[in-house]
Amino acid sequence: MLFDLAFIWAGLIAFAVLVYVILDGFDLGIGILYPFARSEKDRDMMMNSVAPVWDGNETWLILGGGGLFAVFPLAYAIIMPALYMPIILMLLALIFRGVSFEYRWRTKRWKGVWNVAFFAGSTVAAFSQGIALGALVQGIEVTGRSYSGGWFDWFTPFSILTGIAVVVGYALLGATWLVLKTEGDLQVQMRRHAWWLGAGTLSLIGAVSLITPFLEPIYFERWFNLPGSLVSMAVPVVMVGLIWSFFTGLNDGKDLQPFLSALGFFVVSFVGIGISFYPMMVPPSLTIWQVAAPDQSLAFALVGAVILIPIILAYTAYAYWVFRGKIDPAEGYH
Amino acid sequence: MLDGFTAETLARVQFAFTVSFHIIFPAFSIGLASYLAVLNGLWLRTRDETYLNLFNYWKKIFAVAFGMGVVSGIVMSYQFGTNWANFSDKAGPVIGPLLAYEVMSAFFLEAGFLGIMLFGRERVGDRLHMFATAMVAIGTLMSATWILSANSWMQTPTGYSIGENGQFIPEDWLAIIFNPSFPYRLVHMVLAAYLTVAFVVAAVSALHLLRDKTDKESRRAFSMAMWMAIIVTPIQIFAGDTHGINTLEHQPIKVAAMEGHFDSHGDNQPLALFGIPNVEDGVLDYAIEVPYMGSLILTHSLNGQIKGLNEFPKDEWPPVMIVFFSFRIMVAIGFAMLGLGLWGALARWKGKLFDWPLLHRAAIVMGPAGFIAVLSGWITTEVGRQPYTVYGLLRTADSLAPVDAPAVATSLMAFVVVYFFVFGAGTFYVLRMMNKRPTTPNIGLNDGPLRTAGITPAAQVDPDFISGE
Ligand code: HDD
Ligand code: HEM
Ligand code: HEM
Repeated sequence: MLFDLAFIWAGLIAFAVLVYVILDGFDLGIGILYPFARSEKDRDMMMNSVAPVWDGNETWLILGGGGLFAVFPLAYAIIMPALYMPIILMLLALIFRGVSFEYRWRTKRWKGVWNVAFFAGSTVAAFSQGIALGALVQGIEVTGRSYSGGWFDWFTPFSILTGIAVVVGYALLGATWLVLKTEGDLQVQMRRHAWWLGAGTLSLIGAVSLITPFLEPIYFERWFNLPGSLVSMAVPVVMVGLIWSFFTGLNDGKDLQPFLSALGFFVVSFVGIGISFYPMMVPPSLTIWQVAAPDQSLAFALVGAVILIPIILAYTAYAYWVFRGKIDPAEGYH
Repeated sequence: MLDGFTAETLARVQFAFTVSFHIIFPAFSIGLASYLAVLNGLWLRTRDETYLNLFNYWKKIFAVAFGMGVVSGIVMSYQFGTNWANFSDKAGPVIGPLLAYEVMSAFFLEAGFLGIMLFGRERVGDRLHMFATAMVAIGTLMSATWILSANSWMQTPTGYSIGENGQFIPEDWLAIIFNPSFPYRLVHMVLAAYLTVAFVVAAVSALHLLRDKTDKESRRAFSMAMWMAIIVTPIQIFAGDTHGINTLEHQPIKVAAMEGHFDSHGDNQPLALFGIPNVEDGVLDYAIEVPYMGSLILTHSLNGQIKGLNEFPKDEWPPVMIVFFSFRIMVAIGFAMLGLGLWGALARWKGKLFDWPLLHRAAIVMGPAGFIAVLSGWITTEVGRQPYTVYGLLRTADSLAPVDAPAVATSLMAFVVVYFFVFGAGTFYVLRMMNKRPTTPNIGLNDGPLRTAGITPAAQVDPDFISGE
């Protein structure tokens, strides 16, 4: 029973999380890059480049969490307490960041405060997400139907590393997004930052990938035994292609190519993590099927997902299209 | 500081605190989104600038409140897992899909079209802009529908069976969604949101009328709000009454607590207007009662019988004191709203609607009334269902997550500090905007992303472009 409801749902949740990482990744990245802006005008532009879409982007996070609750309630009930601190930290950070979009324009005296809130909120949110990822990869202690570790288990050198990797990676997405959306001085600066952020992201992804197979025997097996190793071999190959496309894109002054390549880094890493995990939902002990809700729940929610997610994607694409482009789009593409 | 409290108590305080902050914003955004859709529709139809000015004014206030609603809501959706993990595991198969539908059918709708509603009139044209505005309003209503279905199921669970691993297993989704208390709760809550906004709009317009009674926008808005008050309040009182009768059928203990009925009185149940519940001895001290009225209101007959609290075991009682008083506060506000609505109608009849400073002062005083009523209503509902999270089936004490008290205490304090700081600042900005007349240019100071974002970044460096909106 490979293509049963639980399997489909695991795919859908993974998809929602990936969409979240990609979309909110670049707008969190804008916040992370705030200290690098040279003027208040640059900061205005950076924020405006995502103002109409950030709310929709963040909704994917709710779908990831809400979806997990709906279809893998046991996983939700174990993972959330296990990651209690990073999750709460992320929520608090998202509050500061979310309100800055409005507040920053509503006051002169406190504008600086909300600039800092936007930067710190974005950075802490990204860092907590990275920590959560690292802690999940490391594995979670489970007894019966609940989490049985302590409330600081998530705090390890590995999870700090993944935390930093996500911050740097999101900053890269932000920088390449701004290369796409802006012109002139701001664009030049962002293109410069994209170089070192790209190099940093890739080194951190490399470090995480090297450590991961040694964390749990099952990951090692996935990556270095057939048939998993076939897929695992493809991952680095695709990555090399993306790296080439990223740096040549930057070098040739392309606008879109660096952004797409950077997104590619995330997609490939995500697939890599997926390979390590499958068929675990709560590594190292619970599989997708063990944590799945009863079929009645999965089927009911699936009807909605099949109808609504394509519609959501369509009007999200429409919203992006409405706010597309910069002043002279032709300029970046000669 | 919070030593000595159990993780359960702390988690309950944390949930109550965060959800109480949260509900303030939805109550406002549900009502305001519909009001904006109406204003925009009227503007398109009549091309009367007054409506457009009102739309643009309230739109900016909406944007700030909506932002606060979103960020406080995200906290809610993760809190089920962090603090109520056992509840999530057990009730997840039923509650989870309802919330998933809320995200898919409502939150995305709001978020997807919000940008266009706020920033996109010039970009997409009037018709699509109207469509986007309507979608945002519909999104907020759908959101209310799903979340209230979930909440109502927890109050009056139906359509489930219990699996061997202790999970609730959905058997009949229609029975789950349309559970017995859902229609009542939905109607009552949506009307509450509309009333909340009507009274805020009335207060803001009244303020400007006091300063200048010829202000066109404020006259129009005040008149609209007074129509809402006189029409919707009676409906709300009626809806609340039916809601109570329904609750009596499914949660008689809650109603006994709301009414302060300790002893059954056979066929003459008095109505307690006031009193102080004495839980220890099971009596209502200092009671002021009206004979027969209790029976009349709850059973619509003079000698209907109602069971008192003393007929139920004490460990099934909710905290009576809280339920008793929060219910009274809500009902008192309901009648105060009716009073103001009647006064407004009288003023309109006498042609003094825009020229009666005392009425305007009263409207300002009543400005926050909706929020207080909404909060008291929810406290009645939620505290009244204790000691259960899923009524009669899953106790609050058994819903907890395996987190240590210090972890919950730390996060609770962080929430308190952050919420007061962040939402305090937001409320301040909203009030400052409300203090300016609807036609003031730049009410939101820079007007920020509302004017510039979306329109290509160059717009904001080009001063001519800015005057566009
Ligand atoms: C979908 C579910 C749901 C919804 C829509 C609400 N609640 Fe709730 N509420 C719960 C699910 C819940 C819960 C998970 O079941 C809690 C947590 C702990 C508990 O005892 O019940 C709860 C507890 C709880 C408490 C504490 C009661 C106590 O522990 O004595 C308060 C004061 C509120 N809620 C208030 C609200 C308000 C103001 C709401 C308006 C938005 C609200 N609730 C909506
Ligand atoms: C305790 C349960 C609740 C949870 C878990 C919850 C969850 C959420 C979440 C995640 C959001 C943000 C969505 C976005 O990005 O747009 C949100 C906003 C919202 N919620 Fe809640 N909510 C709860 C209670 C309620 C209730 C009782 C209502 C209404 C009756 C409500 C109505 C809304 C609406 C209309 C929004 C849109 C945003 C806004 O109003 O500012 N919610 N909620
Ligand atoms: C005077 C007339 C009113 C009566 C008789 C009344 C009755 C009730 C009852 C019986 C409940 C609890 C239902 C339950 O938990 O089972 C309730 C809840 C509630 N009330 Fe009222 N109410 C009145 C006025 C208002 C007003 C004016 C508002 C707000 C503007 C309001 C907002 C609420 C809310 C938000 C809830 C919680 C959600 C719900 O259960 O529907 N009520 N009301």
